[in-house]
Amino acid sequence: MANLNEVDELSGVETTGHEWDGIKELNNPLPRWWLWTFYLCILFAIGYVIAYPAFPGLHGASKGLLGWSSRADIRQELSAAEQANSEIVAKIRAAKITDILANEKLRTFAVAAGASTFKVRCATCHGSGAQGSPGFPNLNDNSWLWGGKPEDILQTITHGIRDASDKDARTSQMPAFGHDKLLTSDQILAVANYVRQISKQDADTALAATGAKIFTDNCAACHGDKGEGKREVGAPQLNDAIWLYKGDLNAIIQQINNPRQGVMPAWGSRLGDVTVKELAAYIHSLGGGE
Amino acid sequence: MRYAGSAIIVAFGALLALLAAAVGQDEAFRAHMWIAFATLGIGAIFLMRRVQFASPGHPLPIEDTSGFLDGVVRYGVIASLFWGIAGFLVGIIIASELAWPLLNLEPYFNFGRLRPLHTSAVIFAFGGNALMATSFYVVQRTTRARLWGGNLAWFVFWGYNFFIVMAGTGYLLGITQGREYAEPEWYVDIWLTIVWVCYLLVFLGTLVKRKEPHIYVANWFYLSFIVTVAMLHLVNNIAVPVSFLGSKSYSAFSGVQDALVQWWYGHNAVGFFLTAGFLGMMYYFVPKQAGRPIYSYRLSIIHFWALIFLYIWAGPHHLHYTALPDWAQTLGMVFSVMLWMPSWGGMINGLMTLSGAWDKLRTDPILRMFVLSLAFYGMSTFEGPLMSIKTVNSLSHYTDWTIGHVHSGALGWVGMVSFGAIYHLVPKLWNRTQLYSLRMVNWHFWLATLGIVVYASVMWVSGIMQGLMWREYNDQGFLVYSFAETVAAMHPYYVMRTFGGVLYLSGALVMVFNVYKTIKGDIRDEIPMGAEAPALQPAE
Repeated sequence: MANLNEVDELSGVETTGHEWDGIKELNNPLPRWWLWTFYLCILFAIGYVIAYPAFPGLHGASKGLLGWSSRADIRQELSAAEQANSEIVAKIRAAKITDILANEKLRTFAVAAGASTFKVRCATCHGSGAQGSPGFPNLNDNSWLWGGKPEDILQTITHGIRDASDKDARTSQMPAFGHDKLLTSDQILAVANYVRQISKQDADTALAATGAKIFTDNCAACHGDKGEGKREVGAPQLNDAIWLYKGDLNAIIQQINNPRQGVMPAWGSRLGDVTVKELAAYIHSLGGGE
Repeated sequence: MRYAGSAIIVAFGALLALLAAAVGQDEAFRAHMWIAFATLGIGAIFLMRRVQFASPGHPLPIEDTSGFLDGVVRYGVIASLFWGIAGFLVGIIIASELAWPLLNLEPYFNFGRLRPLHTSAVIFAFGGNALMATSFYVVQRTTRARLWGGNLAWFVFWGYNFFIVMAGTGYLLGITQGREYAEPEWYVDIWLTIVWVCYLLVFLGTLVKRKEPHIYVANWFYLSFIVTVAMLHLVNNIAVPVSFLGSKSYSAFSGVQDALVQWWYGHNAVGFFLTAGFLGMMYYFVPKQAGRPIYSYRLSIIHFWALIFLYIWAGPHHLHYTALPDWAQTLGMVFSVMLWMPSWGGMINGLMTLSGAWDKLRTDPILRMFVLSLAFYGMSTFEGPLMSIKTVNSLSHYTDWTIGHVHSGALGWVGMVSFGAIYHLVPKLWNRTQLYSLRMVNWHFWLATLGIVVYASVMWVSGIMQGLMWREYNDQGFLVYSFAETVAAMHPYYVMRTFGGVLYLSGALVMVFNVYKTIKGDIRDEIPMGAEAPALQPAE
């Protein structure tokens, strides 16, 4: 066949004879490897749609030769995981939290499970190392607002704190001494200085002396005579260096003036008995458990 | 009276915006309409100042209709550069916000509002203006016809950039549909529809009155981009406004159907805006810059039709392992796999066009940009099908790997091919013999390349690490890491990614300077690329 079109000198390939603004086109064939790879991809696609669900109809789609479905897949994975642990989970379900902690095997499993739940459910507020942050208690120390015994921890996790949806939630309310005009601002300043003093921080001694009396009259009922706290009402210990809402003078004044009433959700109804027991075991194991 | 008609129409638009600002139903809408009023008002004043009143006996000069309409291309190039710098800068800001969360300044400058500003600025403002400008340039050159529709192309340019201003300011005000890459609300969408239809008319009209017998391949790609984007935009944005004087609307679709429509749109925004459109650019500028014929006409036909047929089905791969039915996920995956070779067809045709001209790489940094662009195109169109395979996707989905993938395509392919095209165009558009400095183009090339390499590799490491940490279970079957721990682990990579972005932006700033000096008509006194430095003479 005669070449009707111009041949490119450099490559010796015929052009298509078109030209646009000086651009010509060579009439090279499709690269072989390109074409064959394209065919292979198409073959793979055909094989795949035969093997897996692919063709929609009026009542559902084709199932595919393998009968695979993503829902069946995940169901299988979940039930396999559930079965692998079913025996030990059953034991945890039946056992009391104290018995779980007393049994080496149960405790190890419960602590691992609790740690995993903690990462998903609790780390948001308490931090991924349970170190807490202002307003959210550190769970590694031995300072407990509502008690550090296994049963106490379990009770707190199961029913929450000031959670209106759970009638067994732990609850207490510190009066808003300034906001509700129970104390004057001078009295609050004095008592705050006293709190600074008993927690061994810098304080105005004169003001602290006045504050001591106010403390005995207004605060000791819940926080104790020496500020040692009272777990029955979740009143924090004040004569240590651990603070829920920071320990500087302004923070203490703010808390006396108009206290924040922290809320923790009740997890029992959301996570189930087994999981909250595992969480309690994990929290108890962190170092401050009693 | 030139400009009088336009001035009246724009002023009327400003008046409407003012009315809407007065009676708007929500605060965001009123604020947005004030912005529209200000933009249109300034535009009207500029136009009015240019109105020429003909004096008796001196008819107005009739505009030259024989040549090409290149003014709009010049404006497009400038707009593209401007939005490019803005978009890259916002990219660096949001990258820094991820690395240092304190930088999230509420409410206007937090990550949630700036992120769509970044994506829209780089895709639609930088990329869109580059596509419009080059398509107007290329279609005129390859059809030997002036743009159809008189000043309609000018309307397309200004209308599109007004759309960008409205979209961007809307995001900052918190006005969004919450649809990725389709964030603008209903009234901005309607405006874009009008502009886009005019764009299609200008392009089609020019093709119709062409003086060449055949339509060049670049124009197939440009046309498929314009047509498909119109279709995608219309379907994905079907919504019911809460009020015709309010900024909120609700999608006509719901649940998983809504998600599927959105990702049909989202994936094809990548496929037709960022792939087909820029392939059109590549098909003109690479053979022009290399001075070589296109490698294979047959390959261009086959890969064009295969690409546009296959791409449109691949969207569901964005919804693997979701509520989307299995059959639709299968469809998305197999079409993505089949898309691999059709995508590579463009790379092969581009790279092989250089055969016989490879030596030019030594002296021509613009050609270097095109080659790097094609290399990144090839890499990311291999990575894409790979990531669409369900087992790979179960690791990569929702991680930074996806971000890295997108950026190797966006910074590497889209960015570099646009830079190359702009460097090619500027001397021609402003009638200069050459660029101000080729060595500065080389600097831009290396800064951008380093930036992309840092960005992409860092995101691979960070993304794969993130995916592995999410799925890490201990031998008892319990999750090992909390989400916050995976975030903390990514901090160093976020910092490095920001650095990659800074490199890329610096390259673009070098380009802006180079373009500015070229337009001014300066030529830098420098040793030509590829020439030996003058040998040092020993001291006498």
